[in-house]
Amino acid sequence: MPSRRRMRLRRLPVHVVVIGVSAIWLVPLLGLFVSSFRPAPAVLSTGWWHSFALPGDYTLNNYSQVLERDGMLLSLFNSVAIVVPATLLTVSVSAAAAYALACMQFKFRSGLLLAIVALLVVPTQITMVPLLRVFNHFGLTGTFLGLWIVHVGYGISFAIYLLHNFFAAVPRELFEAAEMDGASKSQIFFSIVLPICRPALASLAIFEFVWTWNDLFTALIFLGGFPDVAPMTVAVSGLVASRGNGWEILTSAAVLSTVVPMIVFLAMQKHFVRGMLAGVSKG
Amino acid sequence: MIADRVRLVVIAVLTITAVTVVYLRLGDGALSRLPQGWYRRLVPWLFIAPAILVVGLVLVFPAISTVILSFFNFDGTAFLGLNNYTSTLSDPVTQIALRNTTLWVILLPSLSVLVGLAIAVLADRVAYGGLVKAALFLPIAISAVAAGVIWTFMYDYQPPIADQTGTLNAIVTTVSGNHPIAWIIDEATNNYALIGATLWTQAGFAMVILAAALRAIPDELLEAARLDGASEWGVFRHITFPFLVPTIAVVMTTMTVVALKAFDIVYVMTNGRYGTDVLSTVMYRELFTAKDNGVAGAVATILMLLVVPVMAFNLRQFQHESRKV
Repeated sequence: MPSRRRMRLRRLPVHVVVIGVSAIWLVPLLGLFVSSFRPAPAVLSTGWWHSFALPGDYTLNNYSQVLERDGMLLSLFNSVAIVVPATLLTVSVSAAAAYALACMQFKFRSGLLLAIVALLVVPTQITMVPLLRVFNHFGLTGTFLGLWIVHVGYGISFAIYLLHNFFAAVPRELFEAAEMDGASKSQIFFSIVLPICRPALASLAIFEFVWTWNDLFTALIFLGGFPDVAPMTVAVSGLVASRGNGWEILTSAAVLSTVVPMIVFLAMQKHFVRGMLAGVSKG
Repeated sequence: MIADRVRLVVIAVLTITAVTVVYLRLGDGALSRLPQGWYRRLVPWLFIAPAILVVGLVLVFPAISTVILSFFNFDGTAFLGLNNYTSTLSDPVTQIALRNTTLWVILLPSLSVLVGLAIAVLADRVAYGGLVKAALFLPIAISAVAAGVIWTFMYDYQPPIADQTGTLNAIVTTVSGNHPIAWIIDEATNNYALIGATLWTQAGFAMVILAAALRAIPDELLEAARLDGASEWGVFRHITFPFLVPTIAVVMTTMTVVALKAFDIVYVMTNGRYGTDVLSTVMYRELFTAKDNGVAGAVATILMLLVVPVMAFNLRQFQHESRKV
């Protein structure tokens, strides 16, 4: 018995570390969530943990207040209008390119692959000044079309890289057999590659969805001064910047801005993890 | 307005799908009329062309222009040579930003590897490991804006006489009896506070990657070492860790780029005030407040130069990997 007890004691540090880390990661989420349901005076005067002592003191008022704000509800739909087409565009453009890079032999193929890998780490900041000038010139600033193009451009090197890793793993015999039967490249792409690689496309789509939804910088630069088209991240950061918003408003706005990506993420987390591993840990 | 947005999404989705199918089908059909050799040579470019076009327009061409612009004055009408660089590098604001970006680049990668590795290794040894992994994993889906709100709230400061509503200061004042700390305003803590908030959103990524690499280590190897009487720490140091080194390098480079690009969380939490500027926030202000394209371009170019070593490392790694296959 004593030996088992000593074993337990020796494992104590493990428990301390693991529980400590869990607490640091979960408590902020809990605090956010609880505060978003507390009435304004309570949030202002006492810490959120006090609300456990007086249960029942919760309200949905903060949420209705946030949604009634100018443009808040609209910004939710703006986010959808930015994210869904941008994601679909990225997936279709990169799937076609990754198919050629992974499954065809041609001149400059390895050079292009190297360029993709190099572009993976380019900070998007380097492109913003000239891009903004060109966009202003063509009236693309403040339009969804402009932001879609930017998001595709910023996301595509990662997208091609990720899909290339998946596509390259598809057995060659499949294509060769189809080609023997006289199928063209586009037929193979649409009727063999895409259906087989549906999980890969799903991983990529989730990545792009969550990233684009959560992006602030790009939206701020290319949609900056136009509240009509501002996505949720811009609207929420505007709430933070305009002083005098109580924590009850900020916390419920933050929860609202997180709901959609969180649902997508939790529903598809298996794909997300698979994509993460294919995109990062393999070459 | 909302109905407009919904309509836009539906139209965009249909159009994108239709254009993709029509472009590839028709293009392929047209090329197939050519002799077989030409078809084989040209058809890859049909598939790649849209990607090259977008990358060229959005990344490559603007990046080159930025470098060129950085040698010109605020509206690109007069050549200044290296003036923008010397003036921005001698500006205390940029110097602070450079110092902070360095701090980010040192701390964020090492801390995310530390936390990610610790949890990846330790979670399998406790009954509630799944819960811990989930906790670390969840913030990946949270935007930096929301994370900024969450952590500003965690770091909230009230004067010593008032009830502390910020979780951290409530802990500080009750546990140690000290005065509360103005985490975000105090220059001794604020940069660490911002990096900590970013770590909170990124550590899950490191954990998932490292956990996968951990699973790839052959069990027999670990068992053999244990049978030979190696301690758990010895097994970790001499077998597990060496196995993980390539993966750690991948996580480190990814996090280095995240640290260099950091913008959202700083913008939301301090907007660069109280000495928390990073290169991105300086560039943003040069672009929109000072409206100086030259200096903004110079700051962006400096950022790009800082990324070059990471890029070189990635390229070498990639070539190494593809040679292996």
